[in-house]
Amino acid sequence: MTAPPDLQRAYKASLDCVHCGLCLPSCPTYATTTNETDSPRGRIYLMRALAEGRIDIDDKSLRGPLDRCLGCRACESACPSGVRYGELLEETREAIGRVDDHTWRRRALRSWLDRFIAHPRGHRLSMSLLATTQRLRLDRASRALPLPGPMRRSLELMPKLAPSRERRPLETGIHEPKGPVRATVGLFTGCMMETVFGRVNRALLSILLENGCRVHVPAGQGCCGALHVHAGLRERARPLVDANIAAFGKDLDAIILDSAGCGSAMKEYGHWHEGAAAFANKVRDMSEFLDELGFVPGTKRVEYSACYDDPCHLCHGQGIRSAPRSLLAAIPGLTLKPLSRPEDCCGSAGIYNLVQADLADSILGRKIDDITRSGADVCITANPGCMLQIEMGLRRRGSKVRVLHIAEVLAASY
Amino acid sequence: MDFLASLLRRFPQGRVLVDTASKLAYECDGFPLHRRLPLAIVVPRSTEDVRDIVKLCNEHGIAFVARGAGTGLSGGATPGDRPTVVIALAGMREFVRFDPDDRVAVVQPGLVNLDLSVAILDSGLCFAPDPSSQKACTLGGNVAENSGGPHCFKYGMTTDHVVGVTIVTADGTIRRLQEGDGADLLGLVTGHEGTFGILTELELRLVPAPEKIRTWLAAYRDMSAACRAVSRIVGSGVVPAALEILDELTIRAVEASVYAAGYPQDAGAVLLIELDGSRLAVDTDTAVIEAILAEEPPLTLEATEDAEQRTRLWKGRKGAFGAMGRLAPDLYVLDGVVPRSKLERVLREICEIGRTHEVTLSNVFHAGDGNLHPNLSFDGRDPIQRARALEAGREILALCVREGGSISGEHGVGSEKLEHMEFMFAPHDIEIFRGVKACFDPKALCNPHKAIPTGTSCKEGASAKAPGVLGAR
Ligand SMILES: Cc1cc2nc3c(=O)[nH]c(=O)nc-3n(C[C@H](O)[C@H](O)[C@H](O)COP(=O)(O)OP(=O)(O)OC[C@H]3O[C@@H](n4cnc5c(N)ncnc54)[C@H](O)[C@@H]3O)c2cc1C
Ligand code: SF4
Ligand code: SF4
Repeated sequence: MTAPPDLQRAYKASLDCVHCGLCLPSCPTYATTTNETDSPRGRIYLMRALAEGRIDIDDKSLRGPLDRCLGCRACESACPSGVRYGELLEETREAIGRVDDHTWRRRALRSWLDRFIAHPRGHRLSMSLLATTQRLRLDRASRALPLPGPMRRSLELMPKLAPSRERRPLETGIHEPKGPVRATVGLFTGCMMETVFGRVNRALLSILLENGCRVHVPAGQGCCGALHVHAGLRERARPLVDANIAAFGKDLDAIILDSAGCGSAMKEYGHWHEGAAAFANKVRDMSEFLDELGFVPGTKRVEYSACYDDPCHLCHGQGIRSAPRSLLAAIPGLTLKPLSRPEDCCGSAGIYNLVQADLADSILGRKIDDITRSGADVCITANPGCMLQIEMGLRRRGSKVRVLHIAEVLAASY
Repeated sequence: MDFLASLLRRFPQGRVLVDTASKLAYECDGFPLHRRLPLAIVVPRSTEDVRDIVKLCNEHGIAFVARGAGTGLSGGATPGDRPTVVIALAGMREFVRFDPDDRVAVVQPGLVNLDLSVAILDSGLCFAPDPSSQKACTLGGNVAENSGGPHCFKYGMTTDHVVGVTIVTADGTIRRLQEGDGADLLGLVTGHEGTFGILTELELRLVPAPEKIRTWLAAYRDMSAACRAVSRIVGSGVVPAALEILDELTIRAVEASVYAAGYPQDAGAVLLIELDGSRLAVDTDTAVIEAILAEEPPLTLEATEDAEQRTRLWKGRKGAFGAMGRLAPDLYVLDGVVPRSKLERVLREICEIGRTHEVTLSNVFHAGDGNLHPNLSFDGRDPIQRARALEAGREILALCVREGGSISGEHGVGSEKLEHMEFMFAPHDIEIFRGVKACFDPKALCNPHKAIPTGTSCKEGASAKAPGVLGAR
C-alpha cells in the first residue's frame, strides 16, 4: 500500500517502530490511562495505519488518541529503535488538520493563535486585560461564570501578573558586556516570556552580559510559531519564521533563548522550512550555551534548596540534561535536591492543559507530589509553560514552594 | 439483549471500547506478524469485573483473551480466530499487600514488573525474574508466560516465585490456587499463556536483594571465544547470576541507539557476566571468574561493582531487541533452546540458515542456560522477505529440537509457534494438552487457538514422526 503523498515522511518514520513496548512506561498519558491508544506504540501504530489506508482520515476515533498526546517526546528518549516520534506526530497532525480545517474548533484555535499568540499587540492587549481583570478581582468572580472550560482554565493558569512597568519589553538594540567580548549573540525574547515573565528575559540578559556576551535584542522579532507547528498549522508559522530570520540577520555567533519549547521548535525549523536551516543551527538554549562557553557564576549566595524539573522540550526535545545541572551546581549556597522522576511531563505542553483538562490535571498531580516529596523550597525549571503549570499545581495545594526559572537563579548570584 | 449491549450496560463509559482506533491498537502484541481486530476491548478494575465479563462471554459464546502490556513475543495477547474480546488488565495495577517478614507481595496482575521491585526497594527485597522488558511488561503477563530473564539462570523462572493466584477460570468461577495445595494446579497455571482463565491477583515470592554484585563486560574477537568462556565458567561450578552474549550486529545496533552502553564496536561478541550474593561468596567466585578470563583473554574487559556503571553495562542488553528495529521495519525474535555444550556449533548453523534465506540475522542470548534469541530483521511488507523470515525461523526451531533442545525457552508458544509444536510433540501429547485445557475451559472460549494446536490450520498440528514427550504411545 502506498501512503498518501502528504504522509510519506510520517509513514517512513513509523516503520522504525518494532512494537516492542519499551516506550510505554515513559509516556505520561499511558501511565495515567493504561490504554494502548494513549501510548506511543499505539499512536504510532494508528499513524501507520492511517498512512497505509487501514483507517480513514475522517474517522473520529483517530482524533482522541492524537489530541491527547502531549508531544512531550519522552517516548523518543526511551525508544531503542530511534523512532522520530515528534516528526511523525507533526506530519500526521498537519494532514488531519487540513481535513478538519473547516470545523469550528479548528477555526477558533487558528484565530486564537493568530490574534493573541502570534500577534504581539494582540498578545500584549490580552495580558493588559488580564492584569486589569486581576486588579479588579474580576478573575475570581469569573470563576463562578459559566465560561467555556478552556477560557476558565486560562484564567486559573495565569499567575498574578506583575505591574505593567515590570512587564515592559526588553530594550531593543545592542547591549555591551562589562569586560572583553567573548561572543556576539542574539537574544530571542519569545511571546510568553516577554509578557508574563519579563523578569526572566531581564535575568538572562544580565547573565549574558556578565559572561562577556555582546547581546543583540533585535526589534521585529516575534513568536517562534511552535504552537502553530504542534497544532499542525505549519503554513501559518512560515511567515513568523521568516520574520525572525530577517530580524536576527546573519552575523551572530548564536541565538540564545530561555524557553525550552521555543528552542526545540526553532532547532527543528529545517525539517519543514528549507530556508531556515542555517538560522536553526545557531539556536542554543541558554543552559547549553553558557555551559559550552564556560559559565562564570557570581559570588552572592542564594540560601535555599531547590529541585530541578527537566522541561520535556529540553531533555527529550533537545537532549539537554546535564548542562542546567552543572550550571546550578556552580551557584554558591544552592542545595540541589533530586526529584524521583525529573523528566516526567508536568502536563503543560503548549495549550494541552487548556484542551485536555482532566488528563493534564492528573499528570500535573504526579509532578506536584514529586516536588513536594523532594522537600525543596524552590522548583527550578526552564520553560514558561511549565512555570505556569507547576505554579498552578502548587497554588491548588496551598504549597509554599516557589517556582523560578533557571535564569533567575543564576542571575541572583551576581 | 445482544452481547455488546450487555457489556455496555454492565460497564461505565470508556471501559468498553469498540471504536476503530482502539480495535486497531489492540489487534496485536509484541509479535505484530500476527494480527486480528478484536470485537471489543473491556477494561476491568476488579476480580468481580473480570468474572462478569467472562460470564457474559460464556452466555453468548464469545471468545476472550487477557492482555497485560502486550509485550509478548508469540502473539499470546492477540485476538483469536473468531470474534474475540480483549480483557485489558494493565489498569488493574494495585499493590494490594506487602509482607516483608514472609517475603511475599500481593499484587493485581497489571502491575509492571519493575514497579514492584522499585516499590519495595527500601525493604532490601526484590522480585527476581527480570525479563528484559521488565520496565514495561506486567506481572500477570510474566506469570501467564512463565517468563524468564537474565538472572533466572541462578534464581529460576517466574514459576519459582509464585506463591498463589486468584484466577477467574474460563467458565467464570473465581478460584484461589495456593502453593502446596496437593495437586500442583498452581504450577500448571503458571505458563498457561492465558488459555485457562484470567489471573486477577498474584501472591509473589520475594528474595533478599544481594549484598554484593559484580559485573564484567568481556568483549571477544569472535563468538567462539565468548562461548568457550561461558563453557569454562559453567564447568567451574560457579553459578553466576547472569551470563549473556550479544553478537556483532546486535552490538552495532545497540550502540547506535539511546541504549548505547559503550560496548566496543569492533568486537565479534560481548559477554556479560554477573555474580551476586553475599560478600564472601562473590569474592570467592570472583577469583574463579578472573582466572578463567585470564585463560580466555578478551579484547577488552570492564568490571564494576558500582550500581550506576552496572546499569550502563546492562542497558545495551535490555534495549537489544528494540534496537534491532533500526535494521529493518520488522523483527522476528526467536526463542529456541539448545544444550549449552552445543551452543557454538548450533549458532554457526543458525547463521548459515540466515544466509541461505537471505535474512539479516543477529543473536542475543542467555548463554548460561542455552536460551537463544536469534533475531530476524526484514521488511514484512514484502511477501517474499516475510516468507523467507518465517521459513528461516521454522528451520532454526527445528534445528534446536534436533539438537535436543526446545522451541521455546520463555516467550511461549502463542499463535507464533503453533505450527512448530509438531517438532516436539506427538498427536497423543497434544490430545493430553487439549484434555487439560478442557478441564478449565470446556467451551473453548479462553484465548482459543493459542499454545495448543487445534488442527484447524493446514500447517500446524502434531506429527506422527515427533518423538513425543509424555510417555510411550
Ligand atoms: C524488548 C522485549 C524483551 C523481552 N525480554 C524477555 C525476557 O527477557 N524474558 C522473557 O521471558 N520474555 C521477554 N519478553 C517477552 C514478554 O515481555 C514477556 O512474555 C512478558 O511476560 C509479557 O508480559 P505482558 O504484560 O506484556 O503480557 P502480554 O503480552 O499482554 O500477554 C502475554 C500472554 O499472557 C496472557 N496474560 C497476560 N496477562 C494475563 C492475566 N492477568 N491472566 C491470564 N493471562 C494473562 C496473555 O493472554 C498472553 O497470552 C520480551 C519482550 C520484549 C518486547
Ligand atoms: S520503544 Fe520504539 S520501537 Fe518500541 S514500541 Fe515504542 S516506539 Fe516502537
Ligand atoms: S509525546 Fe509524550 S504523550 Fe505523546 S506519545 Fe510520546 S511520551 Fe506519550
